[in-house]
Amino acid sequence: MSAAAPALALEKVTVTFVSPDGGRFTAVRDTTLRVQPGEFVSVVGPTGCGKSTLLNVAVGLLEPSAGRVEVLGEPLTGLNAKAGYLFQTEALMPWRTARANVAAGLEFRGIERAEANARADAWLQRVGLRGFGSRYPHQLSGGMRKRVALAQTLILDPQIILMDEPFSALDIQTRQLMENQLLELWSANRKSVLFITHDLEEAISLSDRVVVLSAGPESHPIGEFAIDLPRPRDVAEIRLTPRFVELHTRIWHAMKEEVLKSYAQQLH
Amino acid sequence: MPSSSTRWLRAWQLALLIAFLAFWHLATSPTLLPPIYFDDPNKAAFFFGEPLKVFERTWDWFTSGTIYPHLWVTLLETLLAFVIGTALGLGMGLWLALAPTASALLDPYIKALNSMPRVILAPIFAVWFGLDIASKVALGVTLVFFIVFFNVYQGVREVSFTVVANARILGASDRQLLRHVYVPSAMSWVFASLHNSVGLAFVGAVVGEYLGSSRGVGYLILQAEGTFDINAVFAGILVLTVFALLLDWAVTLAERRLLVWQPRGGETEKI
Repeated sequence: MSAAAPALALEKVTVTFVSPDGGRFTAVRDTTLRVQPGEFVSVVGPTGCGKSTLLNVAVGLLEPSAGRVEVLGEPLTGLNAKAGYLFQTEALMPWRTARANVAAGLEFRGIERAEANARADAWLQRVGLRGFGSRYPHQLSGGMRKRVALAQTLILDPQIILMDEPFSALDIQTRQLMENQLLELWSANRKSVLFITHDLEEAISLSDRVVVLSAGPESHPIGEFAIDLPRPRDVAEIRLTPRFVELHTRIWHAMKEEVLKSYAQQLH
Repeated sequence: MPSSSTRWLRAWQLALLIAFLAFWHLATSPTLLPPIYFDDPNKAAFFFGEPLKVFERTWDWFTSGTIYPHLWVTLLETLLAFVIGTALGLGMGLWLALAPTASALLDPYIKALNSMPRVILAPIFAVWFGLDIASKVALGVTLVFFIVFFNVYQGVREVSFTVVANARILGASDRQLLRHVYVPSAMSWVFASLHNSVGLAFVGAVVGEYLGSSRGVGYLILQAEGTFDINAVFAGILVLTVFALLLDWAVTLAERRLLVWQPRGGETEKI
């Protein structure tokens, strides 16, 4: 592995799904996407543009029809062991308490129950859920469940963190709290992040770089924007700065046509 | 603490039972009412029994101790059929749900076996396993197995894709996936089916006894029918019903303990 290798590289990836009746659907075509070590990259695009497909390829749940996936310079085979994945929908095991959910990854790796639980408790405290360890997921609010999921992923200290619209189901206040918390955790120990969202403001306020995808099907990147806003950032405050507004205007300009295209497709 | 509306409900339920018993008593007693339908005042009691005599017979069975060996045999058969049938159903259900090829291969046979009226197997089991408890357990197992099997099969298939993918990404091996994801997820379906299967295990035991045995509550009922002792038949049915309710209640208790993670309606906590 070379020192210059990106943490995650999708090279000319094409993903074509074949339905049981023989129909073909190409979600993503010829997409190249690189995430450098320690870099926070967001992918934005209209709904249905294959953003989640890209993540599933990156984590190894889906095999690309064409193209390559490289993790720290090595070709990816099977599941991506270097990556943690934060799902859009509920992914916690409902029969496990918050503590047991956070400890699950350690337990799967054969770490002793007592140590795994102690480390899980420490992580629960870091995401602001001290004292909630013995609650079951259904006893927690949506925001708390997301925090548990975040701790569950980060406790394994993955090199690459993949996030699929993790906060889209949360209300705006909880969402901004979670975004700030994510930035805080990320900056303490910079890993590579590939963050998928349809919310441009979220993408700009969190990332180092924003990649815009075209409307699906056969979507591909149509623009890339470096976000030179200073860190540390407060996601609620940074939205009011002139530079943010400027970046937002530029990126939105590139996105608008694709969003309208995707909207028109949904109408037909 | 039960609310006042629950207490009212219980009171009405009790009143309904008393009304039913009173009607039964009135309609069958040879002395209280003139015969309405039958020509002989004793005929109603002959056909329908008399509640007081049914209770008296039940009381006699328990105080004299004659019922215990029979009850013990029936409960043992029920329990064995329940445990063996559940274990087999759980194992097969997990296996077939996770092995699509085997599942596709066996699908028509499982459907055929399930739609077959399995009570007719009782005489065959009696030939194979003798007239002792083994043949009754076998009949109960065939009844319990399919219920648990189909529920486990369904339960495993309905595990959320995201939960499975998440566990795999967190590093779960196939065995860990089975133990930490598929089995716990299937368990809630299994418990939903246990209420049915404990009842059917009981049915298997009693029907088996009824068709040929020398012990058990089913045998007692058969004996009573042989001598037209309708009160003893009803007493036997009463004992069976009470014990079926007790078994069902035991399943509910186990379910509450093991499925604490499931949300219940309107659950709040006092701080």
